[in-house]
Amino acid sequence: MGTLDANEAVASVAYRLNEFFAIYPITPSSPMAEHADEWSAGGRKNLWGAVPSVLEMQSEGGAAGALHGALQAGSLSASFTCSQGLLLMIPNMYKIAGELTPFCLHVTARALATHALSIFGDHSDVMACRQTGFALLCGGSVQEAQDTAVISQMVTLRSRIPFLHFFDGFRTSHEVSKISLLSDDDLRSLIDDSGIAAHRDRALTPDRPKIRGTAQNPDAFFQAREAGNPYYAALPGLVKEAMATFAARTGRIYQPFDYEGAPDAERVVVIMGSGAEAVAETVTWLNENGQKTGVLKVRLYRPFSVEDFAATLPKSVKSIAVLDRSKEPGALGEPLYLDVVAALRQAENAGLIPQAQSIQVIGGRYGLGSKEFTPAMVKAVFDELAKPAPKRVFTVGINDDVTGLSLDYDPEFEVIAAGMKQAVFFGLGSDGTVGANKNSIKIIGEGTDNYAQGYFVYDSKKAGAMTVSHLRFGPNPIRSTYLIRQAEFVACHRFDLLNQVSVLDYAKPGGIFLLNSPGDPHEVWDRLPHEIQEQIIRKKLSFYAIDASTVARNVGMAGRINTIMQTCYFAISGVLPKDEAIDAIKYAIKKTYGKRGDAVVQKNYDAVDGTLANLVQVNYSDTATSTINLQPLVPKNAPDFVQRVTALMLGGKGDLLPVSAFPIDGTWPTGTTQWEKRNIAEEIPVWETDICIQCNKCAIVCPHAAIRPKVYQPERLVNAPPTFKSTEFKARDYPGMLYSLQVAAEDCTGCQLCVQVCPAKDKANPSRKAINMVPQIPLRDAERENFAFFLDLPEPDRAMLRDDVKTTQFMQPLFEFSGACAGCGETPYIKLLTQLFGDRLLIANATGCSSIYGGNLPTTPYTQNACGRGPAWANSLFEDNAEFGLGFRASLDQSKVFAEVLLRGQAGVLGDDLVTSILTAEQCDEIGINAQRERVVAVRAALAGQNTSEAHTLTQIADYLVEKSVWILGGDGWAYDIGFGGLDHVIASGRNVNIMVLDTEVYSNTGGQQSKSTPLGAVAKFSMAGKALPKKDLGLIATTYGSVYVARIAMGAKDGHAVTVMREAESYPGPSLIIAYSHCVAHGYSMAQGLEQQKRAVACGYWPLFRFDPRRAEKGENPMKLDSAAPKGLLTDFTRNETRFQMLERINPERSAMLQQMAADSVKERFAHYQQMAATKETPISSETTTPNA
Amino acid sequence: MELATTYLGLPLKNPVMPGASPLVDQLDNVRRLEDAGAAAIVMHSLFEEQITKDQLAEFAHTENPAESFSEATSYFPRMEDYAFGPDRYLEQISRIKASVDIPVIGSLNGISLGGWIDHARLIEQAGADALELNVYYVATDPDESGIAVEKRTLDILEAVKESITIPIAVKLSPFFSSPGHFAKQIDSLGAAGVILYNRFYQPDIDIEELEATHRLDLSNSTELRLRLRWAAILHSHLKADIAVSGGVHTTEDIIKAIMCGANVVQVVSSLLKYGPSHIGSLIAGLRHWLEDHEYESVDQMRGSMSLKNCPDPSVFERANYLRVLQLWKV
Repeated sequence: MGTLDANEAVASVAYRLNEFFAIYPITPSSPMAEHADEWSAGGRKNLWGAVPSVLEMQSEGGAAGALHGALQAGSLSASFTCSQGLLLMIPNMYKIAGELTPFCLHVTARALATHALSIFGDHSDVMACRQTGFALLCGGSVQEAQDTAVISQMVTLRSRIPFLHFFDGFRTSHEVSKISLLSDDDLRSLIDDSGIAAHRDRALTPDRPKIRGTAQNPDAFFQAREAGNPYYAALPGLVKEAMATFAARTGRIYQPFDYEGAPDAERVVVIMGSGAEAVAETVTWLNENGQKTGVLKVRLYRPFSVEDFAATLPKSVKSIAVLDRSKEPGALGEPLYLDVVAALRQAENAGLIPQAQSIQVIGGRYGLGSKEFTPAMVKAVFDELAKPAPKRVFTVGINDDVTGLSLDYDPEFEVIAAGMKQAVFFGLGSDGTVGANKNSIKIIGEGTDNYAQGYFVYDSKKAGAMTVSHLRFGPNPIRSTYLIRQAEFVACHRFDLLNQVSVLDYAKPGGIFLLNSPGDPHEVWDRLPHEIQEQIIRKKLSFYAIDASTVARNVGMAGRINTIMQTCYFAISGVLPKDEAIDAIKYAIKKTYGKRGDAVVQKNYDAVDGTLANLVQVNYSDTATSTINLQPLVPKNAPDFVQRVTALMLGGKGDLLPVSAFPIDGTWPTGTTQWEKRNIAEEIPVWETDICIQCNKCAIVCPHAAIRPKVYQPERLVNAPPTFKSTEFKARDYPGMLYSLQVAAEDCTGCQLCVQVCPAKDKANPSRKAINMVPQIPLRDAERENFAFFLDLPEPDRAMLRDDVKTTQFMQPLFEFSGACAGCGETPYIKLLTQLFGDRLLIANATGCSSIYGGNLPTTPYTQNACGRGPAWANSLFEDNAEFGLGFRASLDQSKVFAEVLLRGQAGVLGDDLVTSILTAEQCDEIGINAQRERVVAVRAALAGQNTSEAHTLTQIADYLVEKSVWILGGDGWAYDIGFGGLDHVIASGRNVNIMVLDTEVYSNTGGQQSKSTPLGAVAKFSMAGKALPKKDLGLIATTYGSVYVARIAMGAKDGHAVTVMREAESYPGPSLIIAYSHCVAHGYSMAQGLEQQKRAVACGYWPLFRFDPRRAEKGENPMKLDSAAPKGLLTDFTRNETRFQMLERINPERSAMLQQMAADSVKERFAHYQQMAATKETPISSETTTPNA
Repeated sequence: MELATTYLGLPLKNPVMPGASPLVDQLDNVRRLEDAGAAAIVMHSLFEEQITKDQLAEFAHTENPAESFSEATSYFPRMEDYAFGPDRYLEQISRIKASVDIPVIGSLNGISLGGWIDHARLIEQAGADALELNVYYVATDPDESGIAVEKRTLDILEAVKESITIPIAVKLSPFFSSPGHFAKQIDSLGAAGVILYNRFYQPDIDIEELEATHRLDLSNSTELRLRLRWAAILHSHLKADIAVSGGVHTTEDIIKAIMCGANVVQVVSSLLKYGPSHIGSLIAGLRHWLEDHEYESVDQMRGSMSLKNCPDPSVFERANYLRVLQLWKV
């Protein structure tokens, strides 16, 4: 037995049975590829004694091509993907299937992006492949996913039909479960080597030359397409044979369709995937309570075997509900439903189910995007089937108050298996709660006879992210494929979460509640909000408390409370005898962290040993006495939509929102993060007016726009809150004005970048700067009031502001309080972008970190100014972002042309002067833009009385006469890899778009996989041995066009340069490409040091700053301008501070030294090349090069 | 001329060796040192901070962002799944050991009892012939007594002594109220040698940035005198050998140190300045001087100018202070 998640279980099978993997990371399948890569790097061998190779490609399309090639050349190959990635593989899937090629593609079924992106599970992606010719085989649990993985491999080798083997994304892929593992001997006994030999015999080789991939004409194509039919016809039989062989070896029995329930069931649910487990649980309960129900689980979905379906379905069935985890708008029903209806008809015709016509079949959608699917919902489906006239098409799990499709269900209904124990833990990502709970599951699963299950829910935000761990264990295999609703044990690892989530709603009456609370645990009762006290009393909870943060701090593990809380859980819950539990925890610590060094292990041991003396059972009275109350999640002055919709989502109650609450097309209001006060910073910066030199560097580097300056007239201070700080503005141009620097205390993440960058020190005590970190809680109320007052102070006249760092920070940021990591290196650039051009900005955002912190619900950070203007933002896909942004530009330009046509046509009404002034307007600065906006107002006013269609149309589109700024944002994974082809085409288009690459040098959002931007010598996923080649010089490539404005910036090294570059790029009337150095948690150091690292990167020549401006070439000057000085110091001054480089030093010092030397040489060579480019006197660009027309 | 001697029980061909420095990072340098005649190789220090704080920092930087976000449950490859290569420091010891015929002495530097001490055993396993233990401790807490500071070193020495069998030399600080008594305690705990002294790198001040800055200045011969005094005083009081380290730049410096009782001298700054082969010049100079002055062996002059044997021992005592001051007055 082993305790692991499905990703690991499936990857283990695939790894041992294959030779080559071409992959591309995509959530939630990435861990499978990562496991394979780690095993490969560690020299682990496959079943035949060779170490498989793993190749990360530039996209799933690329991976599919490489796989197709490898298969043709005779290798046993496999891959892992899902969702949009799977869609990119479809063209090759047709080819691989058409050529009858044995192959397994393991898919964590995931939603497809439609009105929104969802990383979560449903079958939309798999359903989009059912026509490719792949066999589709499904596993509904961790055990089944492992088992069906090997069955897929067995059959593909025998049948030659490629398999898409799938299981539910997250629900199964990420569920940790105790399962029976398949040993190497098991695999050896199951795999028929003759299939492998036959595959190798078919390989393309010049030793036995053949040709494939011919072009066929009408005389041949159709017949040839039919020639493979026998293989598909034989497949269900081969699957059954393989399943029988598997059962003989393992005792686990599978069929193409499996049935569970009453043999004489009258009502049956047909379903695929993890939901089948919840249905099976419910069927058991219903039948025990006198009903006749059953569940038919579809395992082999393609080819769909009518014979097996008919043989599996009880003859007694009168009505069937087919549940699809996908949606096909406009279809007669979802795919599985249509298949079942057609199968019944065919079965009837074949005499297999003579009464098929009398069976009522209804179809329903459930669980889209990992929506919960519980026994309560299953019961509602069976109840619906029992009705005389059930809904033919329905949904379940939501409240559809628009089309009325949804079934009502009783949310209180639960099915709890006998002997099963449940626990829920609310923690922070950074405190290690999930990691400890994964260990707890293993301790229980492997240390006792119990079966165990763990499922982990993560936050939509990265900074201060909350995690919820759902742990179950019991004497029988756990089939509950949904979250825990009522637990015997509830732990809250951070006190503030009590105010944000209804933690105790999860506590079963009479259960246990464990709270980590700062301060003396004996006095915790009085610190609890009244409502929490009431819940504890009402539910008669046993209440325990510990100040785990202090225990952690005392052992030198500040912030890491996981092992402490884990020790409390075992001590209180009695799952294991206390001493045995502590030994097991320590064993798990050694196993998990042993490679990190003895000090790490010892500190964790110390934390465990320091726990129990500090754990207190809290006695409480029968009456709630607290005068503290829970605060509303959003303030009362928040907009109606935020109150009605956003607030519920913030409180974890989004599931309760009806369909009518939602926008119909994915369009959401901007500016909603301002209503979510997360209070995640333990310390916030506090301003010292006497020391500050008013440079505003703190504001420009703040990733969350949580520290802002303003300048205003003294009379504005009337009615200022008592603690609001102000001082004389130090600027000759503004005599008598006051200056304030205000922190948004409840939005700050406590990253300390502002303090790090602050250059002003107290001369008498240099450890005191102009801003210093202090505990947030004592200041929270006062600073909330101060920030509200600050926001009401007037914004400056933008036309009067200069372009230096200091004055840009008086411009209102229209990107604020995002969910990006504390200390994020990307967001300061975006914030600056919105300060400079936010009121006329359209952003096309590639999928990745910036689309997640930019557009992940419940709240979004792009906001509006007082005029209601602000960035308009959209995410299309990962791979197409440059093209998407180009489409913005093309549309804007076209609309402008049309508006100009109409404008000219209305000259009689508007007057020639107004028309001419609009058509010839200079809009290169704030003054020009504002003047044009005023002219547009004049146009609208003049057209108000006109009743022609031209006048109406011009009124509608007149805003296009004002210049818009199109920016295309994304990370290096997009720009260097998957989107490079599009990016290249767009910069070659000559159109006026601005591209900013937020370069973290890895795929940050999916967890640090290497991209072509990853530097030489760095360790990343898929370059575990350290990247052996230098990063692609995207900037240099772009300069070769000669017509692209290209710049490389690093705000931490030269903030003024970043401002200048953004201005120049925006003003350049053709394509611009900015590559912005962005420090990232994936680099492995404290983000508080991010700016210092940027300085080092530039100083040592690793990140040369430059601007390549084709406008200079037009003037006969060198377009290349190198903006950073010749390298000083060593590359190691930069690399030695980052884990991504240092890791290799620990793993393989020799290789590390070699790569570092190569990297140092490469840095020198590149800088010399830039110097040469910048030093050339002649214009290196052809004299024919001209600035492209906008 | 017999230059051979022993130190920490190790037979040496002469009494001159490089002190702990980064020179040993390059195998080429190590070979050059041996070729030039170095009596032994002393590794640069492996710091407690390298062992523990680096581990904890790396742990924090990789673990804290992990398991926070559903798309990225980690940001680095899992370490459990591949074999770590040997620690670079330990590997370097093994490499040096395999490359040279002279003894190799490891060096461990730390200030607290803890897991890092286990590295003494690993250094021994890597092939080191002896270990320098350097307790580089700046007693910044005014509430910490001198006795507590001394105990810190003694406790660490005991712990290290328990874990290894190779000889240990303790590198001392001059800042003890009774250095002789402290050295005797170290001696009694079984240290095979004491090294006089550690050089404390004093921070400098950046008056523009208002920051304390690190600055490494190479030593000069004037720093030798402190070592000479205490070598002279301690000689004959200790079973342990004495190494003089800090301020040894010339042949004359070597001779003085040995005359005061040093078994060996360690040279760093002049090697950093002039390169590894400079040690050969120093040894040749020593040989010539001894020959010129008709010594039979280096052992013959050892301790000749110690407090016990010196014709005017008062120069090593308080009188030294008075005379120097009086000379200045003149």
